[in-house]
Amino acid sequence: MVVEMSEVLFEGVQLRKYFDTKRSGRGRATVKAVDGVDLVLRRGECLALVGESGCGKSTLATLVTRMEEPTSGEMRFDGNPVARDRRSALAFRRDVQIVLQDPFTSLNPRMTIEAVLREPFEIHADLVPRSGWRARSIELLEMVGLGEEHLGRYPHEFSGGQRQRVSIARALAVEPRVLVLDEPLSALDVSVQAQVVTLLKDLQSRLGLSYLFISHDLAVVRSMADRVAVMYLGRIVEEGSTESVYGDPRHPYTRALLSSSPVPDPDRRDEGGRILLSGDVPSPIDPPSGCAFRTRCWRALESCAQARPDLEPLHSGAEEHRVACFRAEDPEGV
Amino acid sequence: MSEALLTIEGLNVSFGGRDQPKIRAVRDVSFTVGRGECVVVLGESGSGKSVTAQSILGLHDPRSTSIEADRLELDGEDLRSSDLNRVRGSRIAMVFQDALSALNPVHRVGQQIAESLRVHRGLSKRQAEERAVELMRAMQIPDPEQRARNYPHQLSGGMRQRIMIAMALALEPELLIADEPTTALDVTVQLQILELLRTMCRERGMSLLMITHDVGVAAEMADRIVVMYAGKVVEVGSVREILKQPKHPYTRGLLGSVPRTDLTSLPTPIPGGLPDPRRIPEGCVFAPRCELAEARCFSEQPEMQHGATGRELACHLERVDGSDGGRDE
Repeated sequence: MVVEMSEVLFEGVQLRKYFDTKRSGRGRATVKAVDGVDLVLRRGECLALVGESGCGKSTLATLVTRMEEPTSGEMRFDGNPVARDRRSALAFRRDVQIVLQDPFTSLNPRMTIEAVLREPFEIHADLVPRSGWRARSIELLEMVGLGEEHLGRYPHEFSGGQRQRVSIARALAVEPRVLVLDEPLSALDVSVQAQVVTLLKDLQSRLGLSYLFISHDLAVVRSMADRVAVMYLGRIVEEGSTESVYGDPRHPYTRALLSSSPVPDPDRRDEGGRILLSGDVPSPIDPPSGCAFRTRCWRALESCAQARPDLEPLHSGAEEHRVACFRAEDPEGV
Repeated sequence: MSEALLTIEGLNVSFGGRDQPKIRAVRDVSFTVGRGECVVVLGESGSGKSVTAQSILGLHDPRSTSIEADRLELDGEDLRSSDLNRVRGSRIAMVFQDALSALNPVHRVGQQIAESLRVHRGLSKRQAEERAVELMRAMQIPDPEQRARNYPHQLSGGMRQRIMIAMALALEPELLIADEPTTALDVTVQLQILELLRTMCRERGMSLLMITHDVGVAAEMADRIVVMYAGKVVEVGSVREILKQPKHPYTRGLLGSVPRTDLTSLPTPIPGGLPDPRRIPEGCVFAPRCELAEARCFSEQPEMQHGATGRELACHLERVDGSDGGRDE
């Protein structure tokens, strides 16, 4: 991939995160939640990580935000290696913040909004002088479409959409350059979801933020992301610009995901050509040999069980469109 | 339209009273479900869609809930005066969103499916368990003999939802009520479950009343759609009428706010939020968020208009049988 180094803000190289777990009655096992992921986040872009439950996308978010240490792999932020000690973690979090899925559990029910927004200023003492805390809190609330009148309230007094706005304001308090958004819209009603999408897009362009947007919802991703990476069982199976991945999906899993995503158009259900996958995602404790998707893949060949396909650029496709499938260049049909 | 199996007319459900402020969760809701028909009740949180579904089977705590209706009938039989334990399961069955909490964690899933067959049909333990395995096979559960001996926690979310559907269909009900049956599932598994429900309806002539917030799921499943907002029905029509020519400003706003995999444009939000259920607006419930609202929308509740094709619309500003699809077009 040809990317100007100055464009790259965050880079993860061969990130892995393994968890040891007990198997019922069968000793110990290792869950390879993230298993060799290369990730590049460019300045000012929104990169979406999509995939179904258990694909490792949220684990990857905990690595990128340094809530968990990777089992192996390197990370670089703004050209510098990310050190593993605690002090540098604090500095790192000035640059990289997270907004979580559930606006009901991610805010302390016993803290007023003012206290929630003040906490980052207490932790990062050089950020805002004490005399400016209140004014800055109001400014943050106004950035997310709330206001001074909300400062004294508690989380339970807000709707889900408003709480998510508070979570965004809290993340912005340290003036980060990257926001990791872990399913920030999934708990919201669709009419409210669109309000938050608009807000996030607006904040991104006003503040020049980079987003790592984690979602299972391909429709939301299409409206948010510049680039998309599709994950399956701990690995990226397809990656490219949103336009090329949605317009010309090459990995069978991406095609199945797009085909399964409901579209609010009754004509679609009568059209043929829907891809109906059988079965569930295999256990990440013992993933299938070779390509992890082959057990649900209708195009799988014998060779797919032998070796694991690497994420490689397409010869025939758009630039930077990469796919981990032996048959990515094979014509449709079989 | 086919002959009505389920008839709901003038349904009002409220919670609380006495010490607490009364919450009127469902107000004056009417619709029917025909034989073999799939009706989707579409709405966001607080629309009253689940409360409506639960009141059909009397699933509310009678001490804190008051249910009033002009008609609540299954095939002409008044559900309020019938023995609901006889109706539940055998004539009307229900599938819930969260299969993990709806299944009993300490019983094997095969036994749980078998239980209703023993209670309602008087089958022996052996016969009932054999029938349970057959049902699981019909739900495309691989290796059903083995799976029948599993406990709910040993199964995946999609598998648990199949078990719930097997339980619901065990007594071959005439009507299946499915309350957000696929909301907790991944999209590839969701499509499997929707296909399964569709097949069951087609093969058994069963009626389906499906509750969902997901416009895409409604488009997949519905013959007709009932759109609810803040406890009221605002629009009813065939799936094409509602999704292709929505007339109520709320329906239009809802469709416009849905992101789509096949469109690059940004969704357009509806400004504002739901009204406080303790302080429902006097006029049209949607007026505070409606860009078209006029003075009377805030003071006067719109009457339900009944159109020629069975379409219904509760709006002061749009005509149910008007020729244009909407004033914006």
